Amino acid sequence: MTKSMKTQNFLTKLLFYAGNIIIGIIFVSPLIWMISASLKPEAQIFANMNSITTFIPVHASLDNFKEVFSRLDMLQVFKNTFVYIALILVLDLLLNSICGYALAKFDFKGKGLMLNFIVALMVMPMEAIMLPLYIEMSQLGWVNTLAALVIPFVAKCFSIYMFRQFFCDIPDELLEAAALDGASPVRTFFTVVMPISKTVYATVFILDFVAHWNDFMWPFLVMTGESKRTIQLAIQVFFGTQPIHYSAIMAALVVSAIPMLIMFIFMQKYYIEGIASSGIKG
Amino acid sequence: MSKTSSLSGRKRNERVAAYLFTIPAMFLLCAFLVVPILYTVYYSLFQYQIVRPDNITFIGLQNYLKLFSDSDFWLALRNTVYFTVLVVPFQCVLALALAMLVSSKFRGVAIFRTMYFSPQLTSMVVISILWTVLYNSNPNTGLINSLLTSLGMEPINFLSNSKTAMNSIIFMSGWQGAGYQMMIFLAGLQGIPRDQYEAASVDGANKVQQFLYITLPGLKGTIKYVVMITMIQAMKLFTQPYVMTQGGPKNSTKTLVYYIYTQGFQQGNFGYACSVAAIFFVIVVIMSLSMKKLIAETN
Repeated sequence: MTKSMKTQNFLTKLLFYAGNIIIGIIFVSPLIWMISASLKPEAQIFANMNSITTFIPVHASLDNFKEVFSRLDMLQVFKNTFVYIALILVLDLLLNSICGYALAKFDFKGKGLMLNFIVALMVMPMEAIMLPLYIEMSQLGWVNTLAALVIPFVAKCFSIYMFRQFFCDIPDELLEAAALDGASPVRTFFTVVMPISKTVYATVFILDFVAHWNDFMWPFLVMTGESKRTIQLAIQVFFGTQPIHYSAIMAALVVSAIPMLIMFIFMQKYYIEGIASSGIKG
Repeated sequence: MSKTSSLSGRKRNERVAAYLFTIPAMFLLCAFLVVPILYTVYYSLFQYQIVRPDNITFIGLQNYLKLFSDSDFWLALRNTVYFTVLVVPFQCVLALALAMLVSSKFRGVAIFRTMYFSPQLTSMVVISILWTVLYNSNPNTGLINSLLTSLGMEPINFLSNSKTAMNSIIFMSGWQGAGYQMMIFLAGLQGIPRDQYEAASVDGANKVQQFLYITLPGLKGTIKYVVMITMIQAMKLFTQPYVMTQGGPKNSTKTLVYYIYTQGFQQGNFGYACSVAAIFFVIVVIMSLSMKKLIAETN
């Protein structure tokens, strides 16, 4: 390698770092401002906005978080959200995986039709059916109950499809060996297939966790009772509730992001893989 | 003899298991997806006020005829298309640019990837609330306007002016969403063989040429997929205008989904709202089918 090439390489690298640092900082600055404001007294967040201290909480305190927890029943809100998501995820992982498995490995009448049906429904936007779905909920007496949040959204075409893609790659020999040992197809699934499929379960889990954690529109339509609100509804209402303290609002936003952050730290690999693979396989 | 019977027995077992495994999900999909789709079309043919469930009259296609002369509907459609047409290229180009910035392996690349992805770790509601504060038209309380005035520019009424409100939502949405598409692009970039770049650089192709003649063609399928999901996502715009502008000012951020919501849930014109929903549904389906066809052509 010649000297000029080395310098050129060094310069490209420098350019890359400089570009990433500048763009990266601009990119995350709104979020840094949010965190900084959540730690400052109300009087401080709009002072010196032209200086760098707008992004740095000099006299940091947790008072805003105390205000959020005293004005909002955060524990109830978190409980509502976690119970809803836990219920939906357990059913989601179970029912969609067995369906995906049957579509991948079993031979039966109507299989092709089912597969086409699932692929066709995959793009169906919830927003287009929310009116009759709401009527259905109210006829079943489910409005303002967990059932309305959970049951309509357990079966997901996309999850079934992801499970099927994964199970297709499991070698048939493995299943035949289990069958020769006398295991029924149902047993084979639970004792042989499930334990070796942790990655796909983790991927579907994190994708659907994020989707439901962020969900706003449907909970907003069916959970109108104050004590039933999920996290997104609660902070949206808090945003419009007097007295408007922006520091407290920022603290509420930060609190609502913490569970997602924890999930991301632990499940990051599966989450990113899930997003990336949707592009390759979809 | 015993072998064949056990084989056919296994086949039968398998068939039973197949129905056992598929029926729960299929039942739920039919009950809560297919039935509502059919009912959307069905109710769209009726005069149906939510406060008068006893008085539902069949009116044929009248709801759809009414749509044609409903200027609020056309405005909502126009706003939705405007948002989609601008946010899709903005968000996709931004995502691709970010992916190019963090595609090569260098020390600290994971930190930058996480930085670009970080807006995805908060919800759209959170982002909308945060940016409503950032966009505040008063330079003493709005961070962006305080920056503009310190640079000697006039403050902008981002969300309170009908000319800029939708653009402000577009900018914010692109920023929030780009990290997601960046991850898909990164996976696509991995699929382009390294030796293609090496061969090109031996031939004296510079970085720009490499990008135009290797990277872009290599990402063709990924680009189409990303455009499709971004487009469908964009058509569903609701949360941002609901939280930030309530559809205003002067209805400039009222979208199709917002219109379905106001007509159906706020004003109780249920049959009419269903006809808007049906049109919305048809648009999304046509869009995704044509994009799917385009993707199939690439593969």
